[in-house]
Amino acid sequence: MLAFIIRRLAQSVVVMLFVALIAFVVFRYVGDPIASMVGVDTRLEDQEIMRERLGLNDSVIVQFLRFIGNAMQGEFGISYRLQQPVTELILSRLPATIELALVSATIALVFGVIFGVYTALRPKAWSSAGIMALSLVGVSLPTFLIGIGLIYIFAVELGWLPSFGRGDVVDLGWWRTGFLTESGLKSLILPAITLSLFQLTLIMRLVRAEMLEVLRTEYIRFAKARGLSQRAINFGHALKNTMVPVITITGLQLGSVIAFAIVTETVFQWPGVGSLFIVSVQVVDVPVMAAYLMFIALVFVLINLVVDILYYVVDPRLRVDGGAGK
Amino acid sequence: MTEPLLSVRNLTVEFPTRRGVLTAVQDISFDIMPGEVLGVVGESGAGKSMTGSAIMGLIDRPGRIAQGEVILQGRRIDNLPDAEMRKIRGRKIGMIFQDPLTSLNPLYRISEQLIETIRTHLPLSEAQARKKAIGLLDDVGIPDASRRIDDYPHQFSGGMRQRVVIALALCAGPDLVIADEPTTALDVSVQAQIIDVMKRLCAENGASIMLVTHDMGVIAETADRVAVMYAGRIAEIGPVRDVIKDAQHPYSSGLMGAIPRLGANLDRLTQIPGSMPRLSAIPRGCAFNPRCPHVMDKCHIDQPQAVQTAPGRRVACWLYPPQDGTGANTERQSAQ
Repeated sequence: MLAFIIRRLAQSVVVMLFVALIAFVVFRYVGDPIASMVGVDTRLEDQEIMRERLGLNDSVIVQFLRFIGNAMQGEFGISYRLQQPVTELILSRLPATIELALVSATIALVFGVIFGVYTALRPKAWSSAGIMALSLVGVSLPTFLIGIGLIYIFAVELGWLPSFGRGDVVDLGWWRTGFLTESGLKSLILPAITLSLFQLTLIMRLVRAEMLEVLRTEYIRFAKARGLSQRAINFGHALKNTMVPVITITGLQLGSVIAFAIVTETVFQWPGVGSLFIVSVQVVDVPVMAAYLMFIALVFVLINLVVDILYYVVDPRLRVDGGAGK
Repeated sequence: MTEPLLSVRNLTVEFPTRRGVLTAVQDISFDIMPGEVLGVVGESGAGKSMTGSAIMGLIDRPGRIAQGEVILQGRRIDNLPDAEMRKIRGRKIGMIFQDPLTSLNPLYRISEQLIETIRTHLPLSEAQARKKAIGLLDDVGIPDASRRIDDYPHQFSGGMRQRVVIALALCAGPDLVIADEPTTALDVSVQAQIIDVMKRLCAENGASIMLVTHDMGVIAETADRVAVMYAGRIAEIGPVRDVIKDAQHPYSSGLMGAIPRLGANLDRLTQIPGSMPRLSAIPRGCAFNPRCPHVMDKCHIDQPQAVQTAPGRRVACWLYPPQDGTGANTERQSAQ
């Protein structure tokens, strides 16, 4: 198990270094950083002095190593637009995005699995056909349209829920949460549903397909032939086997929920990392973009790591080469 | 005469498809006596496995039992609701599948699968069930059973897994074991061991076996009686020694001629020309007529009914026309 995790960690480091290279190239070569920083009337000599001070005249390799060194200390430079350290900026926006992503991921996973199992066990029922038809809507409607539709119904027409923002937040010192106030929770509902809908339908269809597949296998037939109860077969034997491939996809999807909350955050003016990124793109705030790139890569790498470990826990066959089995 | 353990009467299994109804098993009748081993032999698609599934009530939809009865210990079981049938599966009738590599759930330990099955049928505690499970694994010849019981299926070889499957099928002490090609997926060197284990355990428990296979050699060594199936029907049924020595149906004599024998000085084995028709294209009359060396005009028109030719022996072939009355009557008499 330990060897397995260490191996995976080493792979993760390689991936991160590669992403860092890309982020660095973006940072350094998309336009001249000095030109973005200085005004029109700065003298060329002063620009040259700045260039020297920022180390931009050093060789590319030295600069890259310095970038890595800074990144490892959580240092990504100063935002051109806001003149604040980028790391601070992202950390202050992170709680909003993470809370939104966690809530939508939970919704997607719970309802996705429930609906998936239900439609797999009753493939011919009208209710299953209805759920499947609705899921097509979830898969094919773009996120912003769903968001705007929900805003129109629940915020504009019915007036039940707020249409934008995060509501009141409580500052816990290191984390600003919207979970503890009524307006915070209310504000969370619409964006969370919007963000979860696509993942929900995806997980549901995946669970359904996998479960139908598993129910056709020999070991399920053999379980039936041994007189096990329907419940033990469906939820004991079939569901666990269904979950093996579902874990991978779901894990990767959770990554993209965090990474691509951009659209939902924009629609609901949610003060998260995604909307920070969108604004940064508009004004070419390169340090923020580079840091965001690194951050998202880190999220994906971490989630992949967790998925691999989960795999290992669920499926005993993978344990053979890790040294735990025999 | 003792009461048969299992009676199958005029069983017909149909599959409705878009192109019409396919009859996988047609009007078959046979008995299995307590402690008896009945071999069921035939080519792929002859309906052997389907017969086993029908007895277990495990035919996948849209297939269905269109006609006939399955009677276990005097009780009709083919029309039982699923909840009742579940008490028979595993408890009264155990089933062994063909491929040990796929018939065990890969994500559960052997112990979990055994204990779950035992406790479904028998009022035992977890610890008692575990003890029984270890005893069973010992019986089927798994060395060091008390340690290996907590292994996962992938940690066993194919032959060992089939032993586990046998332990699982027998763990609630069934009266009948349906073994559906139990050795087909195994190495030849392991096949005999598996058959031995199965036969010994069933004999010890007084259980009957319905052994489905296409291996005549296995049948010859193991079975008391044999039913030869062709295109969904029983061509011939009788004591295994008689059928091998003196096969009456042209199809079964073709099968017997294809068994290699030591000492027989033959250039080549007998070969039955052609192949079994698909279910959707079974010829009129006797299904075997395109391949039969003794084919007569009548064979193209009417289906032959099973006729009793000797005590305990029935053949469905026009070479043995019914003596009196209709064939169907003869069959019913001999079945009783």
